[in-house]
Amino acid sequence: MSSIYSEIILDYYRYPRNKGSLPRAQIHARDTNPLCGDVVEMQLELDERNIVKDVKFNGQGCAISQASASMLTELVKGKTVDDVRKISKEDVLSLIGGQLTAVRLKCALLSLKVLKTGVYDYIGSTDATKEEPSIL
Amino acid sequence: MLRRRWVGASSSTSPKATSHAVAAIASYRKARNRLPGLAVPKSTTPTTKLPLTFPGQLAQSTVRGYATQKQATAYIHGKEPYDVEKVRHDFPILKRIINGKPLAYLDSAATTQKPRDVIDELTRFYNEYNANVHRGVYKISEEATAAYEEARAKIARLINASSPSEIIFVRGTTEAINLVAQSWGRTNIGLGDGIILTEMEHHSNIVPWQLLAKERGAHLKYVGLTDDGHLIHDDFRLHLESGGIKLVTMTHVSNVLGTINPVREYVREAHKQGCPVLVDAAQSVPHIPVDVRDLDCDFLAFSGHKMCGPTGIGVLFAKKTQLEEMPPYHGGGEMIREVHLYESTWKDSPYKFEAGTTNIAGAIGLGKAVDYVSELGLRNIQGHERELTEYAHDRLGKVKGIRIYGPENPGTKAGVISFNLGDVHAHDMATLLDEDGIAVRSGHHCAQPLMERLGVSSTTRASVYVYNNEEEIDRLAESVKRAGRIFKI
Ligand SMILES: Cc1ncc(COP(=O)(O)O)c(C=O)c1O
Repeated sequence: MSSIYSEIILDYYRYPRNKGSLPRAQIHARDTNPLCGDVVEMQLELDERNIVKDVKFNGQGCAISQASASMLTELVKGKTVDDVRKISKEDVLSLIGGQLTAVRLKCALLSLKVLKTGVYDYIGSTDATKEEPSIL
Repeated sequence: MLRRRWVGASSSTSPKATSHAVAAIASYRKARNRLPGLAVPKSTTPTTKLPLTFPGQLAQSTVRGYATQKQATAYIHGKEPYDVEKVRHDFPILKRIINGKPLAYLDSAATTQKPRDVIDELTRFYNEYNANVHRGVYKISEEATAAYEEARAKIARLINASSPSEIIFVRGTTEAINLVAQSWGRTNIGLGDGIILTEMEHHSNIVPWQLLAKERGAHLKYVGLTDDGHLIHDDFRLHLESGGIKLVTMTHVSNVLGTINPVREYVREAHKQGCPVLVDAAQSVPHIPVDVRDLDCDFLAFSGHKMCGPTGIGVLFAKKTQLEEMPPYHGGGEMIREVHLYESTWKDSPYKFEAGTTNIAGAIGLGKAVDYVSELGLRNIQGHERELTEYAHDRLGKVKGIRIYGPENPGTKAGVISFNLGDVHAHDMATLLDEDGIAVRSGHHCAQPLMERLGVSSTTRASVYVYNNEEEIDRLAESVKRAGRIFKI
């Protein structure tokens, strides 16, 4: 049976891109997966046109949660907040590749959940037309 | 007290991995026979007197002709040797194929699989004599009542209670502990009183006491652990002597480390201070002989689903003297003697604590499960598990980068093996093992304070029961090695 643990996943797990923190981030959110104890924190710094100028994640947990968080940071860099809002779970899953069980899906999508929570908080604070984050 | 390092049971100089199961078993046995002291506790481990299946190692000449020591011992005692392959036939689920491989179920500490006898009895109950108990005067109600009460009697015999009336049916260990906390605890624990627990408790033996302590203004005191997962006895003595302690509550066997606690000694010391003791026996009653009169504990809790029985049924044992003084836990039908508009009187225990329609099918199924494990014999089960645990320590201990938590000597512990491999997260490990059809548990095992003590966020846990065999341990070891290769440990 082929493993979900591709070279790419392991590479992002061992050598995470964009790990750290951004003191001047406007968007900042954190969440945990109580089942696994995975923790992911996302920080986004925006320019005046609401484009993601820089992004960092922090956290600990399984390879899937941490690699997907790192991959997600690369995906959002340079996008507008509105485009970030539109990132779907399919987008994240295609980055990871492979077949995940229902339980492990939660690990894979934790970073997206955190990102959306942060974005919606931000939109809510700058824009009255806040929508609920879609349930992951 | 010497604090010792958690067992990093060896980062190894692993010889070439022989995936060949037979060769591995043979070489393990050879090594074990060469080292007759292997099963003898080191002087550093507490001198718990463990009921051994066999009195020390037998001479090589005695063992000749038998594959294992246990078989030789069984022969000497004129018993049938434990035949795991025969036992496996009793468990229909073991025929399942997972991801192209036969299911290797190594998560029995979470819940065990069910033998055909138990499954059939549940079906027979619903097909043939389903009725409420203690209420109908008709035939099938009498049959159901008889089976329900017979199950209670079987459980009383299993743990050597003085009378079936000391056996209360509950949902499981969790409910049993909550019952004691709410009924006994609210009556006996007040402002400033203390409750002693240990750092290796399952959440179900922590949270009910936190709730009670908060409500009553009592406080909790924890017995710490040595680095190899034993209780620090001096901690216990100190807490006990500090005064105001009203209850000691502790697990018999750790669901994470497999440590078998010397409960008997602790009970004796607690009683000297007039302090009752609750034993969480969720991981002991299914695996080792437990005698409540020998332990002399006041309360003992366990779950049916961890010993071949159905889910949703468990047992609280309590001494009659305690039960008589305790108020009801739930109010409702079946537990009353007389109900008036403003006042009621209770039945005697156990019925005082069994309000409403209980899990009748579950209790009857548990009765069958007790028959099943009793027939196998708890000493035999313990011996079988110990052999597997020693084998697992031996095989896993050779995997490069592995760290096994808990007692170093597998001969002194129960069949629970918690480990981590390099920086592989336990959930990744469990997913990789699942790809090979191996079911293990990963995470904090409902014991977060213990995880904190270990300094880890999670572990992978393999736990064995009556139906596991050495081949499955070989598969586990090979699959862990595969995970190591994938993660380049
Ligand atoms: C030591 C211990 N205590 C208590 C429990 C809780 O048992 P249950 O969930 O059946 O109530 C468990 C099972 O997970 C356990 O291992």
